[in-house]
Parts: sequence; structure tokens; C-alpha cells
Amino acid sequence: MVAATKAPDRIPAVLAIVALGIFSALLLLLHDRWAPLIVVAAGAIALVVALKTGAAAHAERSFAAHERSMNAVVIAVFLGVLIALGRENFSLLMLCTVLLYGIACLGLNIQLGYCGVMNFAGAAFFGAGSYTAAVLAAHTALPHPLILLAGGLVAGLLGSVLLLPLLRTRGHYAALITVAFGILFRSFLEVNDTLGGPQGLVVPGLNLFGWSLNDPITVGGVTFSFYLNYALFTLLLAIVAFVVARRIERSWIGMNLDAVRIDAVAASTFGLNVPYLKIMAFVVGNIFAGIAGAVFAMMTGFVSPNDFDFSTSLVLIAILVLGGIGNPWGILPAAALVIILPEKLQAIQEYRFLLYSIAVIAILLFRPAGLFPRRLRRFFPVERAS
Amino acid sequence: MSDDIVLGCRRLAMRFHGLTALDDLDLDVRRGEMLGLIGPNGSGKTTFFNVVTGIYRASAGEIRFESRDITHSSPQAIYRAGIARTFQRSRLCLPLTIFDNIMIGNHRRLDQGLWFNLFQRGKLRRQFASSWDEARELLMTFNKALGAQLANAAGSVNMIDRRRIEVCRALVGRPKLLLLDEPSAGMTHEETNELMDDILAIRQRIPHLTIVVIEHGMTVIERITDRCIVLNYGRKLCDGTYAEVASNPDVQQAYLGKS
Repeated sequence: MVAATKAPDRIPAVLAIVALGIFSALLLLLHDRWAPLIVVAAGAIALVVALKTGAAAHAERSFAAHERSMNAVVIAVFLGVLIALGRENFSLLMLCTVLLYGIACLGLNIQLGYCGVMNFAGAAFFGAGSYTAAVLAAHTALPHPLILLAGGLVAGLLGSVLLLPLLRTRGHYAALITVAFGILFRSFLEVNDTLGGPQGLVVPGLNLFGWSLNDPITVGGVTFSFYLNYALFTLLLAIVAFVVARRIERSWIGMNLDAVRIDAVAASTFGLNVPYLKIMAFVVGNIFAGIAGAVFAMMTGFVSPNDFDFSTSLVLIAILVLGGIGNPWGILPAAALVIILPEKLQAIQEYRFLLYSIAVIAILLFRPAGLFPRRLRRFFPVERAS
Repeated sequence: MSDDIVLGCRRLAMRFHGLTALDDLDLDVRRGEMLGLIGPNGSGKTTFFNVVTGIYRASAGEIRFESRDITHSSPQAIYRAGIARTFQRSRLCLPLTIFDNIMIGNHRRLDQGLWFNLFQRGKLRRQFASSWDEARELLMTFNKALGAQLANAAGSVNMIDRRRIEVCRALVGRPKLLLLDEPSAGMTHEETNELMDDILAIRQRIPHLTIVVIEHGMTVIERITDRCIVLNYGRKLCDGTYAEVASNPDVQQAYLGKS
């Protein structure tokens, strides 16, 4: 517990976060053909330099030593980016998507990162939340916060269908079951006419205690995009999800989940209830995805089966792997990379998918454990001077 | 079954398809003793541990622990009843901290509720702090230097210290019966001696603890055990003190072959 060396100060971490914030804001604000490409290239070079010179590792240590204040800095910088983008509909929509996918990935991280339960049907549980919100918001007078919660519960319940086969299989077989389920879910939506079939459903906008998020706010004569409302709300939701996920990790439960992932046989000889822990991780993770999906539906105003196909599930897994499995902090930058980059490389047309794929392969080649590998668990990190 | 028998097996059998690993095994472990379990490779020693701890389900026969039938109990129930073990090939969670590894063995005494772990962080913090001290104290009885490394990864220490962590993981839940599966496997002569000192020290500190140890090194067995049981082809060949067992012609034949 006693640090032998002096704890690193806050400056490197703050600089890194601010740099990332400026980078994202620039990337999202520039709309010319080539400007985003230049920003991406500059960012890539800066990243490589930071990794090679050890500046990145330095910033990481500084971040870990001052976790609490750094959490606040990240939120502040994120808010800054949001305000800077205040009138840009599309950019804000993308940021909201990053956050919502991020929440779903926090859930998948509890399943895969902690407990080792593969879930290739992330999009299905996200979609279950979306469709629940679509149906409930259109046909009932239920208050919308409850609808979001219902989206999570339906996703959790739907996942329970898979519990028995998941507990009886292992490894690749269990993964295949989730793949099959994801495909089944989408096919079901496509043929089901009450749920709109392939055309999908229209969803009313989110209304929180009388405040309709689809009405843009005006401050001092400046009218912001209504997506700013959604961005602020999803940010709040993401913070709550992050805190819950973190607390699960930093508790006896997180410790037990890790033990189940690493060696289930040894875990069971020490009294751990392996099936229960797997069930808990799976259900909690799906609830995260369901709630995110419900918000997503009410934000975009429209859901269709195409949003929840197998490739979306793969994107969710890709975010997790790219960010560093098991590290909730890796999810945000990885989600941003996976969602924003392809959109911003429009200038090179279809080559963008090639470039994007190369970027993903390169990251995993040089950082096999992801951009931000998971660190050892500390139950109660304290910021201490000594 | 008399009161001084902690663990008793009657006609215990474990068959894997055609292979019979344990065959009509009758075996008693007495309260407070250090029992050595020896026998040639493949004689069923580790299988016996796996059956007792519920990893394998016995094909036939009965196991009683503290006069309770545990033959068909789950590993969790057996752990709660008070049996803990170490593994022949180290089964630590190497990516986790040493503290985590030890506390996994303390499952019975830690609060596992979702509500407690998520929202009663103050109480959790107190439980964590006392657990931290407990783990450090336990480790320090084996190796003073290890006590300062609780927050490091278990993979960062050498073999003997990993074994010590495994023993601590088994001891932290305060078991009544400790099963040690070849604690000296993969260690040098000096390390083995050091580890045996540790095990003898455990006995001094926890006198009522019953220990069953699987070992190949005969000098080790001679030094630390009160009594030995020799297994061969899943059956009990003989039992007695080391001297008695070592002079038994059947045992010599099992180890060296027919002359």
C-alpha cells in the first residue's frame, strides 16, 4: 500500500485528457473533404510518438494516481466538447451514439471482461431495449424514465432464455449460442408485423418529468441542437453506468467474477457459486445494453431490425477488445474510434473501411491487450501524497 | 464412526469409463493428524482429493466429513463444511493481486450481497481493511517480504511464494481439514525444506487442524507426517507410521516392481 516513489502529479494526465478532447472536437467540427483526414493523421502520429517516448505511460500513471480528480476532468472536458459542438446535429448524434454504445459495452465488459461470458448478441439486447421503448412509449402512458428501466428489464429477461444453454456449454460453444440468438432476434423482428417488420417503428422523443428532450434549449439568444439535451442526458446515464460497473469490479463480487473467468474449477473449490455469478454477470450486463438501447430508440425516433444485426454485435465486441478488455476507461476512446472514424473519413469513400480496418489491426498488433490494458484491482484507490 | 475420525471413506470408487482410479477405498483421517498420502504415479491420490472436494462425483461408496455424508455434495457445500485444498499444478489467478488470490479462499466470511457490495461502500471499506490486515498477517507468518507485496500480481512472485499464497488461500477460510496436493512439486531441495518448515509451523499455530498431504519425497514424508497411507491402483495398500510403511514388502514391490 505504501508507494515507494513519490506519486506522479496530475499535469500529464490532464494534458492528455485535454489533448484528446481537442482532438475529438476538431475531428467532429471540421466538415471539409480533407480536413478530418489531416486531423486523424496528426492524431495517429501524436499517439505513436506519445507511446514511443513513454509520455503515454507517464500520463496513464498520473491518471491512475489521481483517479477521482481525473474523473472530474474527463467529465469537464467532455462537457466542453459538447458545448463547442452545441449546434452541430450530426456530431452530437454521433457523440450520443458513442456514449450509448459505451454503456452497452460497460455491460458486455461485466460479462466478458470480468466473468468471461462471451456475448455475441449484444445488439440483440440493445435492440430488445429499443423495441420495448418503442412499444411502451407509443401505446402506454408510462413515464419515460420507467420505460427506460423497462427496456433494461426486458433485455435482462430476454437474456434469461439463454441462461440454461449458456451454463451447459463453454468457450466457443457458448459463444456460438449467443451468435445464433442474435441472428434469431433480428429475423424475428423482420417477420413480426406487430413490431413493424423490416420497416421498423416510429418512437416518440424522450420526455423527462415534463421536459421534452426534442425541444432545443436557447441560452442568451443561441439555440443549441436538441441533440445537446440527449447528449447531456446520456452523459449522466453513462456516469451512473460507469460508477455501477466500477463498483462491481471493486468489490468481492468483482474479485469472484475474475476468479470464475480465470479458473472456474479452483473457484468452485473455494465455495464460489459459479453458475450464480455467471447468471448475475450476464443479466446485469444485458440490463445495461437494454437501457442504452431504449435511450437510443427514443433519441433517433425510429427503430428497425437493421440497427441490431450481427455486425452491430461485433462492433460492440470490437470496442471492448480495442479499448482493453476489462478496463472501463478503454471503452470511451475505443467507441469514439469505432463510431466516429468511419464517418469522418468520407473523403476517401469506400477506402475508409480499409483504412479503418488497418487502424484496428495495427492497434491490436502493437498493443495486443488493447489501447488501455486493464490494471490490477484496487478496491479503494486513495489519492495520497506520500 | 468414532468421534476422532474427521474424514471417513467407505468402499469409495471413482471410475472414468473403463479406467478405475479409486477402487473400493476405505480410508480414515483422524482428527488433528498430519497424514501422508503416498503411492506410485496414477495410484489415485489426486483423484481422491478431487472426489473429496466435490470436483468429481464418486461412482460408488460414501464419504463422511464430521459424521456428515458429503458424497454427493457440491464443491461449494464441501468448502463451507470446512475442507480446503491446494492444487498440484499451481492454480492461482496469476493476473490478480496476491490479496485477491488469498481472499478468494475467504469467500465464506465475506459479504457477497449485490446491495452490500454496490451501495454500502463504507462497510465494505471496513471489511476490506480488516481483510487486508488479515491477509498480510497470514502471509507474514510464511515470508516477511511477501506481506509488503499484497497489491502486486500473483504472477510476479516465484514458485515457492506462489505455493505459500496457495496455502494462505486455503487457510484464510479457517478450514478444519486441509488437503495439500504435492506442495513441493517443481521445487528445489532447499525450497522444499523451507516449505515443509512452513507447513510444520502451521500445525504449531493451528493445533486442531487436520492435514492430508500428497508427497513423493520420502524424506519429506518421514519428516512431517504422523501416519502414512499407501495407495496403489486406487486401493489402500497399507497404513502406519513412515517406518512401518517403508519396511512393508508390498509397498516396496509397488514402487520398485516385482523382483
